[in-house]
Amino acid sequence: MKNLLSAADLTRDSAIEILDIAEEMAGVNDREIKKLPTLRGKTVVNLFFEDSTRTRISFELAEKRLSADVINFTAKGSSVSKGESLKDTAQTLEAMGADAVVIRHPASGAAQILAHSGWIQGSIINAGDGTHEHPTQALLDAYTIRKRFHGSASSGKSLDGLKVAIVGDILHSRVARSNLFLLNSLGAEVHFVAPPTLLPSNPENLKAELHFSLDDALSDIDLDVVMMLRIQSERMNASYFPSEREYSKIWGFNAQRLEKLKDSAIVMHPGPMNRGLEIDAVTADSKQSTVLEQVTNGVSVRMAVLYALLSGERNADVI
Amino acid sequence: MSSNFVLKNVTLASGDTKDIQVSDGLIVGVGSDLVADEMLDCTGLIALPGFVDLHTHLREPGFEQSETVLTGTQSAALGGFTAVHAMANTMPVADTAGVVEQVASLGVEAGYAEVFPIGAVTVGLEGNQLAELGAMANSKAQVKIFSDDGKCVHDSVIMRRALEYVKTFDGVIAQHAQEPRLTEGSQMNEGAVSAELGLTGWPSVAEESIIARDVLLAEHVGSRIHICHLSTAGSVEIIRWAKARGINVTVEVTPHHLLLTDELVRSYDSVYKVNPPLRTAKDVQALREALIDGTIDIIATDHAPHPIESKDCEWSAAAFGMLGLETAASIAQEVLIESGKSSWSRLAEVLSIAPAKIGGDTNQGQIIQSGSVANIVLIDPKARRKVVADSASKSKNSPYIGLELPGKVVHTIFKGYFTVRDSKLAAKGRH
Repeated sequence: MKNLLSAADLTRDSAIEILDIAEEMAGVNDREIKKLPTLRGKTVVNLFFEDSTRTRISFELAEKRLSADVINFTAKGSSVSKGESLKDTAQTLEAMGADAVVIRHPASGAAQILAHSGWIQGSIINAGDGTHEHPTQALLDAYTIRKRFHGSASSGKSLDGLKVAIVGDILHSRVARSNLFLLNSLGAEVHFVAPPTLLPSNPENLKAELHFSLDDALSDIDLDVVMMLRIQSERMNASYFPSEREYSKIWGFNAQRLEKLKDSAIVMHPGPMNRGLEIDAVTADSKQSTVLEQVTNGVSVRMAVLYALLSGERNADVI
Repeated sequence: MSSNFVLKNVTLASGDTKDIQVSDGLIVGVGSDLVADEMLDCTGLIALPGFVDLHTHLREPGFEQSETVLTGTQSAALGGFTAVHAMANTMPVADTAGVVEQVASLGVEAGYAEVFPIGAVTVGLEGNQLAELGAMANSKAQVKIFSDDGKCVHDSVIMRRALEYVKTFDGVIAQHAQEPRLTEGSQMNEGAVSAELGLTGWPSVAEESIIARDVLLAEHVGSRIHICHLSTAGSVEIIRWAKARGINVTVEVTPHHLLLTDELVRSYDSVYKVNPPLRTAKDVQALREALIDGTIDIIATDHAPHPIESKDCEWSAAAFGMLGLETAASIAQEVLIESGKSSWSRLAEVLSIAPAKIGGDTNQGQIIQSGSVANIVLIDPKARRKVVADSASKSKNSPYIGLELPGKVVHTIFKGYFTVRDSKLAAKGRH
């Protein structure tokens, strides 16, 4: 594997392999000296055309723990706003000898264009492209789910049979799309819950069951996982729903809804949360919430991805 | 070559083999054993009236880095066209008599095809105020077709007034049907593929709702209307209904909407980015059937050149549009002839006779007979060719590069002058 562009490109086996490597990386992250020499001498560029402190520092930490040389390149705007074009930026990084580029870009498909344009030879890792995909988020979510349900016996396991509801702005969510593809591969059953305005109007290629009512989904399905999506502020005044209050009432996760979940079920959120809108404080701070675990696991999973893409010969004993 | 010659043994659309004699820009004889000083063997070649494109972006004035009237008409000649209608979205916009006269005179100067400027419907294509349609119609350019192409005349009152007003000089409004609010930020067809790719959808209903409104408006005010680049199966149904009702509507389809689907967008290769967007296989099928059964009147290319930098970028930053002039005849042949479902007469109808009639181009689209203007294209129907990036157009944004297509334009004769001979462009235009 040279690039990680889309969760849809991951087979069941390759996904499980990355999650298993992440298990090993989590071991490193528990050590006193949290560092491996694996990527010494490799240059990794975090190329962010969009603000994202969380994802950027998670990648940065993962890269540093693998001893890579890290460059953060924050490019505001793109060729649309007459800034530097993606092509020129990519060619500049190529000229500097980047071994890998972690790219976050507001345009769907930007990572794929970068990987297939011939502008750059290094590995490309998609850290979120427009409203398309965010594959490392899906991997860290899958890792978190697996850890909660299989604990220390996680290695080698899939997510077969687990029932996952993803709730919120499915239409514009790269997190939802990546999770769908990865959860499909790993054998979980996916349910999308959202107002009809925030669901794709042509879902026939998407292997998920659609629901308009969160309460119905909670009573009809024996859910193991509820994944809440962030409502972006630009949706709020575009008539996708009448008001934040109404959205929160019908699709927000709260203490009453938490009671309907079985004890073993978990509530996830990719962050940052709008507390009081899509998720209330009781839920966010409950023991069923995995919000902070997701952040922690993000580093291990990103280390695993960098390792899988960049370390050449992969031997378990390198760790 | 002299201005008097005989094309020997051509095959006419009817299937008959004849000689065609041309003298001083006119066809002076169609028969057997015709003789002139110059004889050109055309055995195996099909002779059709020179093609007429009702929808070409020549980009001049203003966007000469993409195309000029000269390079655009050279590309047209290579595609078998003897006339093109130049869209109004230039800089400045072709919304005054001055601009349309300039474009027309650049066409005459180039000499590779007749250039008919299309005038803007509204000032600056802004959709707010009618441009001086009468002044353009009465100018030396004698504009007959008006279009805000690239933008929709979305205001119902402006559309109604435009439809009524052009009756003064037997003009026609060519509508780019796109409801603007339903297509804000749209990047591709709204469907199963856009749901996977996370690109903002351009729903079929945004085209169909405008077409439905406009055929009803045309009926109400008793005007004729032309619909640009029809792209959906639903639009075909509306047009079928409108024609059955007797509404005076004509319709064009582009070559790309007859061949390509939104599945190609999976590559995020912006050469496939076009407006209206590539649709589904079901839409392509419906458009093909409608072209064959006459619901769709013509093929028009929507030839839209863009410089490399406008396409060499991420999808959402890329420009809409693709080249079409040099491949249109091959795609028409693929759809009408290779499918076994139609005929060369129909191909001549959709690429020449009908568009000339819609545009009121008196010297174009004349069937091959004695007395007609010698606008003739000769096609080798048996040839198959792989499309290459090399083109007379200044731009390279062809979505067909690498595809093998049937047929090849061998000669293009524009008013008795070979603009293309043996598939090679003439060094100079006709003067």
